[in-house]
Amino acid sequence: MNLLEVKNLTKNFGGLTAVDDVSLHVADQELVALIGPNGAGKTTIFNLLTGVNAPSSGTISLKIDGKLQLLNQQPVSKIADLGLARTFQNIRLFEQMTVLDNVMVAMTSKVSENPLSEVLRLPSFYEKETQMKDKAIKLLELFDLADSVNQKASNLAYGQQRRLEIVRALATAPKLLFLDEPAAGMNPRETAELTASIKMIQEKFKIAVILIEHDMKLVMELAQRIYVLEYGRLIAEGQPKEIQNNPEVIRAYLGGDDLELF
Amino acid sequence: MKRNLREQFIWLLIAFGGWLIIDLLTFGGVINSFMLTIITMIEINVILAVSLNLILGISGQFSLGHAGFMAIGAYASAIITQSLPTIWGFFLSIVVGIVIASFIALIEGIPTLRLKGDYLAIATLGVSEIIRITINNLEITNGPKGIYNLPQFSNWSLVYIFACIVTLIIVNLIHSKTGRAILAVRDNEIAASAVGVNPTKYKVIAFTIGAAGASLAGSLYANYIQSVTPGDFTFMQSISVLIMVVLGGVGSITGSVLAAVVLGVVDTVLQNYGALRMVLYSLILIIFMLFRPAGFLGNWEFSVKRFFTKQKSSRENKS
Repeated sequence: MNLLEVKNLTKNFGGLTAVDDVSLHVADQELVALIGPNGAGKTTIFNLLTGVNAPSSGTISLKIDGKLQLLNQQPVSKIADLGLARTFQNIRLFEQMTVLDNVMVAMTSKVSENPLSEVLRLPSFYEKETQMKDKAIKLLELFDLADSVNQKASNLAYGQQRRLEIVRALATAPKLLFLDEPAAGMNPRETAELTASIKMIQEKFKIAVILIEHDMKLVMELAQRIYVLEYGRLIAEGQPKEIQNNPEVIRAYLGGDDLELF
Repeated sequence: MKRNLREQFIWLLIAFGGWLIIDLLTFGGVINSFMLTIITMIEINVILAVSLNLILGISGQFSLGHAGFMAIGAYASAIITQSLPTIWGFFLSIVVGIVIASFIALIEGIPTLRLKGDYLAIATLGVSEIIRITINNLEITNGPKGIYNLPQFSNWSLVYIFACIVTLIIVNLIHSKTGRAILAVRDNEIAASAVGVNPTKYKVIAFTIGAAGASLAGSLYANYIQSVTPGDFTFMQSISVLIMVVLGGVGSITGSVLAAVVLGVVDTVLQNYGALRMVLYSLILIIFMLFRPAGFLGNWEFSVKRFFTKQKSSRENKS
């Protein structure tokens, strides 16, 4: 059984069909890439899958305890709680909070805490707080952010902010991680580091990753399977090798079939 | 663990120290009964300002309805202590007020907290006015005449204790899992829901606790002044609490306490200037906002923990 099963997903914004009858699936611990020209509907698909926008039609189901459960109509926070974590194309951190707090917020729904013990500062409060803090710092260490735990998130450098978003997403203990253009605005060295990090995430946390990315080097190196979108429709699916030689894909990107793309 | 307990203990010590100073000064005759009334009103304003800051500064929701919740507490206490004129009746009335105010905040919060900024301000203002006008027209509240000759159960030290408790509860709440979630929703609602934090839930929590604080302040107010009328809880009351929060620094609990004290003192000093009083008061506010638009303290907070770590590090530097 697949971890994520999406069938006939369609989204209309007024007269515009941003996502048109897209079906896709992600297996356990698989690394899937979603590529396509600008405006193809990649981010819209992420928004539909994570519940930010409601689909016009189609179904999204996630495997929970060995059974497929429908995610349509669930609120965003519930979907995140069920195991779908994401990062954003334009970074969305809790800017006024510290790096550590940014990560600890993501554990909110996973730690049960009696409000009375929070207010009265009972021993169980400190116990849980320390647990969360230790876990957060371990995650931050993996991404070289342990030195700036007490800094405001808005004071981090761009690359660090991108990494913090990934750490925060991982702190929700997801089954499936959505990365929306993680390499955007990064230099080649940072992109190489990111590639290594994503590999590490998949291996260490044993989770599936879906990634939107324009950097073809990164996509071809990481992805086990690639979906190609154009004008909201899927035009190709397959292994990186197949996609590179797919004439439809080359036409979509370059408008002709006589050019070498990759 | 020991450090943590010490932190709470120091807070208690500071609170007790403040109480002792006022008590000794009263005993020594430095503080007369007029000044004691001012001090009590300042303490009530501390409760109001701190609880509004939880809604306005910490959860980032622009509420203009604090007077309505205060009215609920005041009338709950007035009505109950009339037929049950004992201190336990008074405590019961505080609880009843808090329960009613929290319930109304819950009912009000779930639909209105989806609104943002100005719209939310208008909606909360509307509910506050509905509460006041309802009180104005009910028989049990004695209509526009209000309720007089209430027994005086609250005094400056009881209000002082409650002000400390409310502040401590809210500060502890902010520095916990719930508080982090509330702050996250303020900073970025979309990101908060993407990490499993339900924005509406945490906004409603902050709003309800803030309303409960206002109701408590209302109860203490009613049984201190010994009378309540609907006219005490107009729009202007909400605004005067709002002024304290903004002047102290939106998001700074320390600032709210400081602003409540400073404005209380300014108000008292200006009473000697008769008709010019409100002109001078407004002028002071305008000048202040021109020079410090972020309030006294911006979002700075006094912290026992930081105070200690600073001392420690400076000691380490020396050695």
